[in-house]
Amino acid sequence: MIMNTKTEEKFFRVLMFLSTIFIVGVLLLIVVSVLYKGLPSLSFTMLTSIPKGGFYFGEEGGILNAIIGSIYLSLGATFLAFIIGWPIALYMNVYLVKHHSLVNAIRFVFDVLWGVPSIVYGAFGFILMVFLGVRASLLAGIITVSLFIVPIMVRAIDESLKSVPRGLLESALSLGSTRSEISYRIFSREAFQGIITAILLSFGRAIGDAASVLFTTGYTDRIPTSLLEPSATLPLSIFFQLSSPIEAVQDRAYASATVLISMVLVISLLSRFIGNRRN
Amino acid sequence: MKHIRLTRYRKWRNVFHQSWMVIALSAMLFIPLVLVAGLIMKSMLLLENHHLFELLFSSDWRPLSSHFGFLPFIVSSLWITILSLLISAPVCLLTAIHLTQYAKRWVLRIMHPVIDILAGIPSVIFGVWGILVIVPFISHQLGPLFGKSVSGYSILAGAFVLSIMIIPFMLNMLIELIKAVPNELQEASLSLGASKWQTIKFVVVRKALPGIVSSFGLGMSRAFGETIAVLMVVGNVTRIPTGVFQPGYPLPALIANNYGEMLSIPLYDSALMLAALILFLVVLMFNVLSRFLILKAETH
Repeated sequence: MIMNTKTEEKFFRVLMFLSTIFIVGVLLLIVVSVLYKGLPSLSFTMLTSIPKGGFYFGEEGGILNAIIGSIYLSLGATFLAFIIGWPIALYMNVYLVKHHSLVNAIRFVFDVLWGVPSIVYGAFGFILMVFLGVRASLLAGIITVSLFIVPIMVRAIDESLKSVPRGLLESALSLGSTRSEISYRIFSREAFQGIITAILLSFGRAIGDAASVLFTTGYTDRIPTSLLEPSATLPLSIFFQLSSPIEAVQDRAYASATVLISMVLVISLLSRFIGNRRN
Repeated sequence: MKHIRLTRYRKWRNVFHQSWMVIALSAMLFIPLVLVAGLIMKSMLLLENHHLFELLFSSDWRPLSSHFGFLPFIVSSLWITILSLLISAPVCLLTAIHLTQYAKRWVLRIMHPVIDILAGIPSVIFGVWGILVIVPFISHQLGPLFGKSVSGYSILAGAFVLSIMIIPFMLNMLIELIKAVPNELQEASLSLGASKWQTIKFVVVRKALPGIVSSFGLGMSRAFGETIAVLMVVGNVTRIPTGVFQPGYPLPALIANNYGEMLSIPLYDSALMLAALILFLVVLMFNVLSRFLILKAETH
């Protein structure tokens, strides 16, 4: 009997060790296989030029339109989500601090919203667009993506505001500060690193999502010059190029994937670096 | 003293900020309602012409002659979701136990960034990886192993890619849950003579069980709505799949693939919005149930 539990434990310890290794291995495999396939096709001209005639048949051009488009889109959406999400998180932690169950209910709603698939937001954005009579554009994409990252922004900032000691609020109030001053001067300063991490997290989510921009942002070979123009995005450019039967175009999709994965890795490392300094 | 006095300016600034906070919060809480209303309104057109039962349980999908049977898509979605959970759930649970109970501290320190980075990888990259690695693997190794010649673009490929995508999401929750099991419980069990493994099995896992189940539920809902990565590897053939090596066509892929052509046919447009509505409601239900389970477990 004792022998049995011992072998059982040993067996499971091996399994546990293997599954941990598996997760690390898969991450390495993903990064390495994409880089291995993409790096050889990556070139300077690809990063600095827009698609020329015959680009989708494997000829001249690059993906600058998608890179710039993705950056515009993610910056816009992150900014919009920030000016909506930051005040909401502050409101929950500074103004509603006495209404515990209300705050928990709001957290619950945002947690649930976080789980809503981005394709549903995409479909919703599309309905709104048709309703308002606007065409696929950078602006429509920014609004749709920001809808889908606001819950992330709120909950991430909220988590770091939660750890600000309650005594700080009470003493600031007793010294005569208004709640808005406490929000923006004291609580936001205390949770500064958490807020930066939340912004980076949202930005990373925005730049990587394809399903929500598929309907709303459109696709174009030009770099957009106004918010009302459609815009290319990196995930979609990868997706479209990879659906091509021509090998040169597919290779370029892998190169574009290399660009995207590098951007996301930099964001991940940056937010880890900032988050670590806090501890 | 000047600074302390509540000047009119400071008062108005407070009112202004507070109003914006309230507006932003109400708008964000209002949006889900608008979202549901919009989707329902759009799908009404189809629901007026077709019986819901027929839509959900017919496998006849010919939009051009106005036959809209969602069954192939629903079945594909279920296959992929359940299969991906079957792959990732044991891996996550075992890793979480390993990291919290057995592993040295530095292992957890390494695993935290690994989980974060994995969580941050965009879904289209998972799709690219699926095409590069998983699809050829299924087509060249796994298929022949079972005596089948397959293209690799299959339910199994979709499920495998998905299972990797939901690992970081579930693993993070599981680690927190298992960490939250009170130490006294484990000490009590150990002092009564139970071995470490028995303690884990009968005390730690049992105590965290509602949380574990709900984290699986949340992982499943994440898997159910995932679009691009699955779309890229699953094959997209409108037929009820009968095996894991066959191609499938899950609901999100249906919506994403047909967004261009749907505008010209109102009923088609309506059908895709109904698909989005189904997706939303299923995910919502899973989310609410799972999170309730966590809340209930926390308060007891």
